[in-house]
Amino acid sequence: MDAILETLGLAQSAELLAFSPPGWGGNLLRGLANSMKIASGAFGMGLLIGLFGAYGKLYGGVVVRDLLAIYTTVIRAVPELVLILILYYVGTDLLNKASLAMGYGRVEISGVVAGIWVLGIVQGAYATEVLRGAIQAVPAGQIEAARAFGMPPLTLMRRVTIPAMMSFAVPGLANLWLIATKDTALLAIVGFSELTLETRQAASSTRAYFTFFLAAGALYLIVTLLSGVVFGRVEKWARRGQPSLREGGR
Amino acid sequence: MTLTRNLIATALFTAFASGSVMAQDVRIGIASEPYPPFASPDASGNWVGWEVEIIDAVCTAANLDCVLTPVAWDGIIPSLTGQQIDAIMASMSITEERQKTIDFSNPYYNTPAVIVADKSAEIDATPQSLAGKIIGIQGSTIHQAYADTYFGDAAEIRVYQTQDEANQDLVSGRIDATQADSIAMADFVASDAGSCCEIKGNVANDEAILGQGVGAGVRKGDDALRDQINAGIAEILENGVYDEITARYFNTSIMAE
Amino acid sequence: MIHWRDLMQPHRIVLMLLFAALVLWCAISLRWDWIPQYAPLALEGLWRTVWILVVTTVLGFMLAIPLGLAQAVGPWYLSIPARTFCTVIRGTPLLLQIWLLYYGLGSLFPQIPWIRSSELWPYLRQAWPYAVLALTLSYAGYEGEIMRGAFASVNKGQLEAASAFGMPRLTRFRRIWLPQAIRNVLPTLGGETILQLKATPLVATITVVEIYAVSSRVRSDTFIVYEPLLLLAISYMSIAGLITLAFRQIEKRVPR
Repeated sequence: MDAILETLGLAQSAELLAFSPPGWGGNLLRGLANSMKIASGAFGMGLLIGLFGAYGKLYGGVVVRDLLAIYTTVIRAVPELVLILILYYVGTDLLNKASLAMGYGRVEISGVVAGIWVLGIVQGAYATEVLRGAIQAVPAGQIEAARAFGMPPLTLMRRVTIPAMMSFAVPGLANLWLIATKDTALLAIVGFSELTLETRQAASSTRAYFTFFLAAGALYLIVTLLSGVVFGRVEKWARRGQPSLREGGR
Repeated sequence: MTLTRNLIATALFTAFASGSVMAQDVRIGIASEPYPPFASPDASGNWVGWEVEIIDAVCTAANLDCVLTPVAWDGIIPSLTGQQIDAIMASMSITEERQKTIDFSNPYYNTPAVIVADKSAEIDATPQSLAGKIIGIQGSTIHQAYADTYFGDAAEIRVYQTQDEANQDLVSGRIDATQADSIAMADFVASDAGSCCEIKGNVANDEAILGQGVGAGVRKGDDALRDQINAGIAEILENGVYDEITARYFNTSIMAE
Repeated sequence: MIHWRDLMQPHRIVLMLLFAALVLWCAISLRWDWIPQYAPLALEGLWRTVWILVVTTVLGFMLAIPLGLAQAVGPWYLSIPARTFCTVIRGTPLLLQIWLLYYGLGSLFPQIPWIRSSELWPYLRQAWPYAVLALTLSYAGYEGEIMRGAFASVNKGQLEAASAFGMPRLTRFRRIWLPQAIRNVLPTLGGETILQLKATPLVATITVVEIYAVSSRVRSDTFIVYEPLLLLAISYMSIAGLITLAFRQIEKRVPR
């Protein structure tokens, strides 16, 4: 193994990327873990916002619908980087003020939580659109039938709408998950400790810019490809019992 | 029904409560970008350097429970005023401009501003020799303000997020010179990576821009914390801890006069 | 399109009044005194943002055509590299790609002594060529994937008819296949261009002075945090609005 690396001139890179100090591989993996924590938290929060957003857009009153339209339009027109800065400064500021006003004293927000909060709001706007489209694609008769039997709204949502829309929502949600993982990189500019910032620190400290940026790229790519496999499975599961699109005559 | 409610409650709880601790820790903001030899992360993820040790010593002396909180340099003052951190100890010079927004402790070190360039370049620290050159500087620093005022008319100023990136572009040849703190630059030109370059000289002093040494920044009106930090600085200067730490990093005194 | 009657509903009037009050409050109680000093710089930055956006979308789209074609109908030695390229571009953060191109390549320069005397050196020293390259490749990666589908979905019968009439391959591509593929992607182009607009602020991290960099500059000079960011968000929204309108006009003119 060493000999192969030596001949390829990669011995130095392997040393730099070793998992234990003096190699920086451990730092990169720690950063990756943080990135994944933030991405999954933001994705989850986005789903929650998106579900309520989609319901609001479809069944809400006129005011709710207009406000949601403003939310999704603004979020989708402004660069994530700018949104992150605004939400980060405004959000923590407001939270602190609210907490002080209620007499709780200062609230300390960890980088991971702030990252989840900020990216979650961004994800929510996209998730609203994805889920709205998916809910609309559910045949209206299925929902009407459940209603006709007197099913309460929340049970209807849990037992009929969500399972039926899953197969339509999964491709869009898979895409959102990939956006979430890639957007965590932007948090490096605010100084959150995640993969891209760890990479930048390692690269600056060792001057091996090429090695570290390539290694981080490979890590992101692995996450993307693995996610593709997982979401492929999920999609298959969500489509169980439905006729295959490929076999279906088109 | 209850399931959904529980889900929401759990989600909200994890989103806010888990990371929120009601603590009396003092969050010391440092720049999240490496700034050797003052503060940089090592391969095991710990922050090391002269300033990190000084922070530790000052906090111990002043009986403060300090937590190092890395923040992006160009957002470090907004982070302080926005309550994300309680004090800045990130080699920040005490300047009149900054004092309009935040308060400073007494200075705990001093470093002149220097120009660094390729060894073969005929550059000194005067505006004349830098005319027509590309100067790289780190954004939101005294050097940016200085370079804009004195070199901006004749030279192209390029703004980097971190000093390390400016150094990197100096090595690659994209910029002709950089202006930065002398101590950090002495460290850089002594390293392998910086072997191309040398310190060309100090820039002419302008105390209004370059300030009166490096101090700890605190929110305006946070006099209690400022006094505690001042007491801590005074104590480590008194009991020799400061000199002991300094001797391990530098061979000259770096204290402000 | 928006009609005046839609806007004249009671709740919308209330919302608009609230919005006007918000704008008024912002104008009065926030600090805007920095604007005159930074206006020239901001306009320059705005121009650079638009310039980068236009150049990289046009170049990126031109690159996306062969990428899509190679994936849709190319032999394996073309389709595999094209697919790999699209996967890598789409699977890694743009910020990392930009830094890899700028600092990664830059760190190799000292090992190539002759590069400083080459004719390309004046360009290699600047930051914008890297910004343009990175954003072009990114746009090509995303759009190439879309073009693949667009080429594949053009009706095969038309192509067969054209070749039956003895139309040369290149003409067939130029007159029948490409125009229809472009028409297929037209509805998605506006959205893709807005995504590209939202990617432009990342180049500020490699010293390109566009509108985002100007707002950071204001923040670091004056320590005013929210106001420049608000104005920045509004400028991006206006550009995004203009893009949407422009593509709606283009779509209207193209026969379906």
